[in-house]
Amino acid sequence: MMSRVMAATSTFDGPAIQWFKISPILALLGGALLLILVGSLTPQWRRGWYATASVITAVTGAVLTGVLWNQMGDDKPSTLVGGALAFDRFALFATFTICVSVAHVSLVINDYLTREGEDGPEVYGLMLAAAIGGVVMVSANDLLVLFLGLETLSLSFYLLTASSRSRTKSGEAGLKYFILGGFASAFLLYGVALLFGASGTTNLQSMAAVFAGEVTVSANNGLLLAGIALLLVGFAFKVSLVPFHVWTPDVYQGAPTPVTALMGSVGKVAAFSALIRVSMIALPSRIDDWRPAILVLALLTLVIGSVLAVVQTDVKRMLAYSSISHAGFILVGLEAASHIGHTDAHLGISSAMGYLFIYSILVIGTFAVVSVVAGQGDNATTLDAFKGLGKKRPELALGMTVLLLAQAGVPLTSGFVAKFGIIRAAVSVESYALAVAAMLAAVIAAFLYLRIMVSMWLSDPTDDASVSISKSAGLAITLAVATTLVIGILPGLLLEISRTISF
Amino acid sequence: MFASAEIAGEATTSFPILTMLVLMPLLGAVLVSLLSKKHGEWVKLAALVSSIATGAMSVWMLIKFPTGTAGFEFVSKHAWISEWGISWHLGVDGISLFMVVLTGVLFPLVIVGIDPHHDHKSYLAWMLLLEAGVMGSFLSLDLFLFFVFFEIVLVPMYFLIGGWGYEKRVYAATKFFLYTMAGSAFMLVGIVATAFLARRDTGVLTFDLVEIAEKANFAAGTGRWLFAAFMIAFAVKVPLFPLHTWLPDAHTQAPTGGSVILAGVLLKMGTYGMLRFGVYLFPQAAIWAKPVLLTLAVIGILYGAIAATMQKDLKRLVAYSSVAHLGFIVLGTFALTTQAITGGVMQMVNHGVSTGALFLLVGMIYERRHTRQISELGGIQAVAPIFAGFFMVVMLSSIGLPGLNGFVGEFLVLIGSFATARWWVVVATVGVILAALYLLWAYQRVFHGEPNEDNKSFPEITLREGLLLSVFVAAIVFAGVYPKPMLDRIEPSVKALIEHVEASK
Repeated sequence: MMSRVMAATSTFDGPAIQWFKISPILALLGGALLLILVGSLTPQWRRGWYATASVITAVTGAVLTGVLWNQMGDDKPSTLVGGALAFDRFALFATFTICVSVAHVSLVINDYLTREGEDGPEVYGLMLAAAIGGVVMVSANDLLVLFLGLETLSLSFYLLTASSRSRTKSGEAGLKYFILGGFASAFLLYGVALLFGASGTTNLQSMAAVFAGEVTVSANNGLLLAGIALLLVGFAFKVSLVPFHVWTPDVYQGAPTPVTALMGSVGKVAAFSALIRVSMIALPSRIDDWRPAILVLALLTLVIGSVLAVVQTDVKRMLAYSSISHAGFILVGLEAASHIGHTDAHLGISSAMGYLFIYSILVIGTFAVVSVVAGQGDNATTLDAFKGLGKKRPELALGMTVLLLAQAGVPLTSGFVAKFGIIRAAVSVESYALAVAAMLAAVIAAFLYLRIMVSMWLSDPTDDASVSISKSAGLAITLAVATTLVIGILPGLLLEISRTISF
Repeated sequence: MFASAEIAGEATTSFPILTMLVLMPLLGAVLVSLLSKKHGEWVKLAALVSSIATGAMSVWMLIKFPTGTAGFEFVSKHAWISEWGISWHLGVDGISLFMVVLTGVLFPLVIVGIDPHHDHKSYLAWMLLLEAGVMGSFLSLDLFLFFVFFEIVLVPMYFLIGGWGYEKRVYAATKFFLYTMAGSAFMLVGIVATAFLARRDTGVLTFDLVEIAEKANFAAGTGRWLFAAFMIAFAVKVPLFPLHTWLPDAHTQAPTGGSVILAGVLLKMGTYGMLRFGVYLFPQAAIWAKPVLLTLAVIGILYGAIAATMQKDLKRLVAYSSVAHLGFIVLGTFALTTQAITGGVMQMVNHGVSTGALFLLVGMIYERRHTRQISELGGIQAVAPIFAGFFMVVMLSSIGLPGLNGFVGEFLVLIGSFATARWWVVVATVGVILAALYLLWAYQRVFHGEPNEDNKSFPEITLREGLLLSVFVAAIVFAGVYPKPMLDRIEPSVKALIEHVEASK
């Protein structure tokens, strides 16, 4: 009996693995293992060393991704690990964004953990694990692999959300996120199962081939339509599209502020990239079935996200709703991409990915400021806490102003480049109404950013609580502001890179 | 940074004067914000030098500007975002010439003449950033570049109103920002759509204004939609009835310097945009939309005048008079004759000078009496005759008294529009009479009669104020008595624009 099992294992033919091409994942994995294993076996490291290890890991991942991007040249995209992962510019760009975001967030986390006296390797390890999940998601070429990545990402996020030992709100938010997130994962998995039922495969390309003709799978195939619907619901929850957004403000508010930054950047990039890949690679022949849903979700998300953002009084909740509104913008890009056959449809994907990159930097910078202002205990996040910041800390208030103006889409900031790209994509496929709706939603959202700016500059401080900026938080904010302005004034390089993004 | 590709215009200089007109105030703003607050004099000096240098360059450009030519001069064109077909394309012609000069001259006057009450450094930095934005808007010949400047102007103006304004400043600043941004939302989509739809005719995707205007041939329906998208943004900016409601609030709450700039040049970005990006880009649509826009303009004239008559707050009165005056400019613009548009362009400058001066005077009254309520003032002429004299001249120019600048523009607008828009002109003329009514009545209530206890101690004008106002009065009288040099430079470009419109029929 035993020998037969042995025989079976020895004849098992594993897929050929091109190790270098999955090196970004390996780098992140190495860093995560180092932090969790070595970190837990050794006495407390010196201040900032955990963060340094995390930054080095993420930057290594980013550099390897860059090398792979350059090596790719004009090569055709391929698949890795027996078709489980895709190797293309789309995946590399998203991987790069994730790695950069992780390095960026590490700086903010370092500030937060030192301040709270909770420095340790766990949070960094979990963050790197989340990043691995994210990278797997953005390159997944198979729905099951996608699900594995999603669960790795989500489980890390649940733990990170609940990671604050001193704030009860953090634990509450973690539990809430876990339960609702579990539901969403179930929806997604059910969708995967039904699509498997309809097509007999979970591989994206094979699925596309099966769905391409209506001979094998008819247009009104129940399994197919229900599968698409459930898949969309799952994704809509993960990227928080209205009406699947209700968890977002609570979780964003409850989670430790740097973790919120991580969710807004890595979480959004991973889930959006996966959504774009699945819909464009596996389901291009059934666009007529899912485009209307995307259109409605985009409109609802844009309008409701912006309107609800305006009436909040807590800055973290405001930014949560603003992140919802931004998700609506990215969805406009996907809607534009879905007009396949149109000569300019490719603009949709590159503009959505450019938006994700720019937004990641913005959101991390913004939450870094919020984290600094929130102070010891991570509690001072109401609009009142920002009152008089312009008098107390003019440089911090100025940095925040640049980031907020960028989120509002004011020219000469990266946010305008991002918005312009999306509008350009939408207009190029003649989705004029959606483009106008998106811009008007941006105007409503601008009111929210103005409210924060009014608090900072035009109100007197309500207390004399001093705001101290540590080196690492200062560095994170400076980097974000500098990138925002450089991309805003000279967007050429980013545009050139994002133009070449393709599957 | 930029790939250089200078294009030869009629009058080119080796010195990139237009680029410098935009960059100089920007440099000043950066310098001011970098200097320490402790060295107040250095901050002021930096602001002064950069704004005066900008003003001097604009005047130099005016002297060098050739008469009798219609095209764009001093053109400077460099690739900026080549990925998107966007270039740093600046140029000046008769339509924009005097707006650029007005901007260049008005800013140093405001910086020299009016002190903010607190935090000089930020105030001056925002002022200079505002100047760079306004300059850029008037000089841009690229749709994207224009939008960038048009929109960036909101930020400094928002902070100027919000930071240095009066009681309801935050409300007014926010209203101003959101109204204008909502208008721009349509324009941005319009700009992108224009570029994409013009690609069929231009061959490549470009945002270049001249390229698109000369080559593109939009279908009638398409052109109308695009025209409408641009017009919404400009109508908010002008402001055209019924999108004007942000203006009285913004004007009343803004600090004096902000009001002067707002009335002097910011509103003109709307009327200028109508000519440059409305009529020039979409001539057919402009002809088509003429009745609607003329009607709105005339409603604005009457509505602004009637509302002004009923104001109790002197600053609000001047603000509503702006609505009426801007109505005249729009009337001239969409009458679509050479005379009317020339008058309109002339009136843009005149209104900037006279209403700017009016806001200055109202600001001085507020400084002295801490009230803008007409009922609390009175009899000032008896205690401050020179001040009253200045107010009188400026007010008469605003009414349009012959011999002063307001008359020339208004008269040209009315006479030029009579042929193509007779009935609108007939109604608009009532506005001229109303203007005399509300301004003279206001003058009578504020300056005539016996001064009460509070007004008895109304201080006479200071030397600095007198010098500042003299510049305005000199411009008012000169342009009123001898407008020929201005008209000679404006008219050729307007004529070319009208030919462009005629050719599109």
